[in-house]
Amino acid sequence: MFDISMQALAAQLLVGLINGCFYAMLSMGLAIIFGLLNIINFAHGAQFMVAAFLAWIGFAQLPLLLGPEFKVNFWAALVLAPLLVGGLGILLEKTLLKRLYHLDHLYGLLLTFGVALVLEGAFRHFYGISGVSYDPPALLQGGVDLGFMFLPVYRGFVVVASLLICVVTWYLFEKTRLGALLRAGTENPKLLQAFGVNIPLMITLTYGFGVALAGIAGVMAAPLMQINPLMGSNLLNIVFAVVVIGGLGSILGAIATGLALGLLEGLTKVFYPEASTVVVFVIMALVLLLRPAGMFGKEK
Amino acid sequence: MKSIPTPVRILLALLVPALLVPAFPEIVYPVFMMKVLCYALFALAFNLLIGFTGLVSFGHAAFFGWAGYTTGALMIRFSAHGLPVELAILAGIATATAIGWLIGTLAIRRTGIYFSMITLALSQIAYFLAVQIGWTGGEDGMQGIPRGRLLGLIDLSNDNHMYYFTLAVFALGFLAIHRIVHSPFGQVLKALRDNAPRAVSLGYNTDRCKLYAFMLSAALAGLAGSLKALVLQLSALNDVMLTTSTEVLLMTLLGGLGTSWGPVVGAALVVSLQNYLAELGGVVTIIIGLTFIVCVSFFRRGMVGEWQAMLQRRHSKQHNAPIQDRATTTAETPGR
Repeated sequence: MFDISMQALAAQLLVGLINGCFYAMLSMGLAIIFGLLNIINFAHGAQFMVAAFLAWIGFAQLPLLLGPEFKVNFWAALVLAPLLVGGLGILLEKTLLKRLYHLDHLYGLLLTFGVALVLEGAFRHFYGISGVSYDPPALLQGGVDLGFMFLPVYRGFVVVASLLICVVTWYLFEKTRLGALLRAGTENPKLLQAFGVNIPLMITLTYGFGVALAGIAGVMAAPLMQINPLMGSNLLNIVFAVVVIGGLGSILGAIATGLALGLLEGLTKVFYPEASTVVVFVIMALVLLLRPAGMFGKEK
Repeated sequence: MKSIPTPVRILLALLVPALLVPAFPEIVYPVFMMKVLCYALFALAFNLLIGFTGLVSFGHAAFFGWAGYTTGALMIRFSAHGLPVELAILAGIATATAIGWLIGTLAIRRTGIYFSMITLALSQIAYFLAVQIGWTGGEDGMQGIPRGRLLGLIDLSNDNHMYYFTLAVFALGFLAIHRIVHSPFGQVLKALRDNAPRAVSLGYNTDRCKLYAFMLSAALAGLAGSLKALVLQLSALNDVMLTTSTEVLLMTLLGGLGTSWGPVVGAALVVSLQNYLAELGGVVTIIIGLTFIVCVSFFRRGMVGEWQAMLQRRHSKQHNAPIQDRATTTAETPGR
């Protein structure tokens, strides 16, 4: 056990932390959407993937198509892609999803699953499955030597930025008036509507926000991962396990579980690499055996 | 004379043309028909869970694929040493049931969407195992699985013999599922689907019922998987992947959740669609996705379900009885 160098351990922990940040952001989005819409957004991974592709398209393809002044750099993409993906999410909610709220949750799940397949199929058709790569912005290239490890600046940025996003979202939902309204909507939408709150609008915007969160994560992931049509659904499988462990009841729970599982996965990569692909699922199974309602569990 | 229930009557009526299939290979290719029958059985097994128990599993590929692997591996190793094919199929079913017990025990601890997510996550483990364990052939899968001899007499490597065997297994599987659904146990499952708290208050052990339903569904899915491995003589990674779980979900949804013939119709449609569109790649995924969206948005009862609803509407116009089913009524979601 002691033949593992500090360097390797730190590097894997960093990778784990970054994965954990993505798990946290995605499961937070799922939790937010589930709270108000009562559906699980199976398209979450595909929306994440679309945002990553949009960032790449804006950077690599638009300039070729429309001329160099249309080049969308990373920072612009970080704003535009989530807005676009969130907008598409709102469109989806307005046209298809909202017709299903009065039905069994099964139908919302199947619909978003269909949407995920359409998005994945479309990108597979146009860009193949091998994927494309995207360079981090000039400002964040290079790295810092921390003494015990070498930290690429971009990775540091991703950790800080996503933790910031998590904290801001948590603050928004738990400490502001808007958040209070949203939580009230989760608790009892009919009563809230009787107080004059526009619930349908709130639901639409919540879905848009949740999807936009996936979009931000997608753009941030673009320089880290190979951008390919399946990047989202591969990640989402793990995020589902995270959600089962942490529950969809609380935002803080989603963040904490996501980060913890990412780190744990990183550790597994150091000590027992063969199990690193399944460790999250195994933990999920254990949690189900020991605490069926999940770590922060209160079941709806 | 006791009257024969409609689904069984349809089965009997369809058996006549089905028996004639090998006589006209230029119209329907027997291997294609066998593939349809295998997937139809798979979808029927899946429907037992989603349609009659209301549990949405995203992990049925694990049962289908692993049963195929088991049967395939046994036949490749031991068929030359006299292992009967029936035993290999039974071993496949046993494997699927065992996996069903494992996944089921964990998954029924939660309900609703959590149940779906757990089955999805656990079937992911089944997939990773298939990649890593040597004898499944990993990325390459298994090829050239021998079909063996039925009862030591009938040579199944003949496509026509295999076809009749497949047809017989399908018919028996269909009858078994029909029997289960209409048994007292099946009624309890439907009660669970429609109103779980009430079933609990009536004293039913819902967890045990759900687990039994899950294992039954897994066993029958395993039977379909074993049969498919023999029919196509190959077992591939694709069979344990999410795509297969998706396909069976699509077949059932398209045909009609909770109808007795819907899954069969859906399987026939999807398998023939794949045959024609196989070379299109990403477009197939788009079409499958769009089918999901259209089904869910516009005809939730599926093809057979809509047909039945139409007949029922016509009937109720004469008798003034309202129709109600899952696709139109409000879901009972606690806390809403």
